[in-house]
Amino acid sequence: MTFTKQSPWQKTLSYAALIILTIVVLGPFLIGLWTSFLPTMDIAKGNFFSTALSFNNYISAFTKTPILRYLGNSLLISTVTMFAQLFFCSMAAYAFVFLKFKFRNLLFGLFLVTMMLPFEAEIIPNFQTVKSLGLLNGYGVMIIPFLTSAFGVFMLRQSFKQMPAELKEAADIEGLNHFQFYGKIVLPYNRISLLTLAAYSFLGSWNEYLWPMLTTFSNNFRPIQNGLRQLQSEETFNDWGMIQASAAIVVIPTLIVLFVGQHYFKSGMNEGAVK
Amino acid sequence: MLKNVVEPEPGSLDVTPTTPKAKSRTKVFALNAKDKYYALLFLGPSVLLLALFVFYPMIKTLYISLFLTSGLGKTTVFTGLGNYVRLLTSADYLNSLGVTLIYVFAVTILTIALGLLLAHLASETLPGIGIFRTLFSATMGVSVSVAAIFWLFIFNPSTGFLSLLSNWLHLPVINWLTQPNTAMVAVVITTVWMNLGFTFLILLGAIQSVPTSLYEAASVAGAKPGYQFFHITIPMISPTLFFVSIITLIGSFKSFGLIDLITKGGPTNATNMLVYRIYKDAFYSGNFAQASAESIILTVIIALFTLLQFKILERRVNY
Repeated sequence: MTFTKQSPWQKTLSYAALIILTIVVLGPFLIGLWTSFLPTMDIAKGNFFSTALSFNNYISAFTKTPILRYLGNSLLISTVTMFAQLFFCSMAAYAFVFLKFKFRNLLFGLFLVTMMLPFEAEIIPNFQTVKSLGLLNGYGVMIIPFLTSAFGVFMLRQSFKQMPAELKEAADIEGLNHFQFYGKIVLPYNRISLLTLAAYSFLGSWNEYLWPMLTTFSNNFRPIQNGLRQLQSEETFNDWGMIQASAAIVVIPTLIVLFVGQHYFKSGMNEGAVK
Repeated sequence: MLKNVVEPEPGSLDVTPTTPKAKSRTKVFALNAKDKYYALLFLGPSVLLLALFVFYPMIKTLYISLFLTSGLGKTTVFTGLGNYVRLLTSADYLNSLGVTLIYVFAVTILTIALGLLLAHLASETLPGIGIFRTLFSATMGVSVSVAAIFWLFIFNPSTGFLSLLSNWLHLPVINWLTQPNTAMVAVVITTVWMNLGFTFLILLGAIQSVPTSLYEAASVAGAKPGYQFFHITIPMISPTLFFVSIITLIGSFKSFGLIDLITKGGPTNATNMLVYRIYKDAFYSGNFAQASAESIILTVIIALFTLLQFKILERRVNY
């Protein structure tokens, strides 16, 4: 941000820079979107500016591949994970802020330590655990390890701690018990932070890649990230038109949600995670 | 606390504790006891889950890393730090560590530099700037596999966009993904592109929260826009800059999806980074002991950077 008044010449320069950068950022989207309308034959021949545009690639993506099933699987897994994290993280954060019990600080310290431990470094024992629990190749295996998150607890605790103390005092006078105070006051008061955690946990689950790849082997349960990998590695590998159409089918709804939800997400980000 | 109530202090004249005092004390105690049960209920599920899927596996990984393992993952011979010594003296592992560091620092520096450029330009108050702000954040909605498809097509040697471009311009076609150096460049570009949307949004938020009075004062004093950027904007947003850098750094150390989708660690291990290695060593080669030691090394690296992040977070909270 600069405060100096801009001359028309400077304004033109600013717009030129903005437009060039937009093309650079959006380039891969646009190239992908364009090829998704081209016949694979034309793509293979390097005929990039073919005029034989059609929705054929989209039709074959929908009819010949289980892409809708993959999307449905991901939607289910991410939604359940999101609600579970909202519930368990807010409960845990409530305990850390409003309950007094032995070893509270020690326990919170352990939660902080948890945030330092990367899930990627724990896949070997975790794989053995879910295998011995008989969870392999199902929805459960992609949800259960992520029902709660130390980061979520940490973020909500920060937010709960900033609530005015009078609210708790008033609740005590009113005779609200902990469940009532949690449900009627704390959750509604912190809705922006909860929304941020919702977006964060949904996206986190949606983008999960390594864990589903290790634990899920059938299209019935495979989420979209691994589904797209599957499409690429199967015989369709050279069918670039259809692959690009699949990518577009996945990315377009996400972009719409992102653009619509951005306002909320941004204000929440600044409020919760970063502050 | 209770003990004090029952046993009066030696030398105290008042031998029997006063009734109201004792009552109030028991009440406080009772409330705390109740809190304890609530805490069990509120915290129990999270504690159990984290114990099962975070603490137990970490201890187990540490334990396995001190042994040799059979192909079935059973521990056989105790070797102490043997696995670590073997790893840190193997050229292969040091290569992985090296390429990971190159990747992590290239990704972080480029992500921050480009994110800052986008955020700075988009913070100008121009008509229609909102559209650019929205478009610049677009890559936030892109997942690993979608990004990999977009860029695999761009880098594809026979039908890809870059080879088409090279043909039109009569330049030599580069086989991006089959040469060590260009494969690394390809993976870095893809990662930076993916990171850009998020980084842009966070930095834009930071730049917008710098008080405009600072810029007003500077321009009254005759400071040029470039000077304002480096002497007002950068210092004012430095906590956010550090924060985003560390988030990016940690994320890059954990990179797996893009590697698996774009290069599979190749060519000749040029992009065989830490997490990809763990996966290969454990689930392809069945060398669980070595993979566990690699996991512990990764954990130490990430824990150190996370600690640094907490320090910054703490400072920011106290702002």
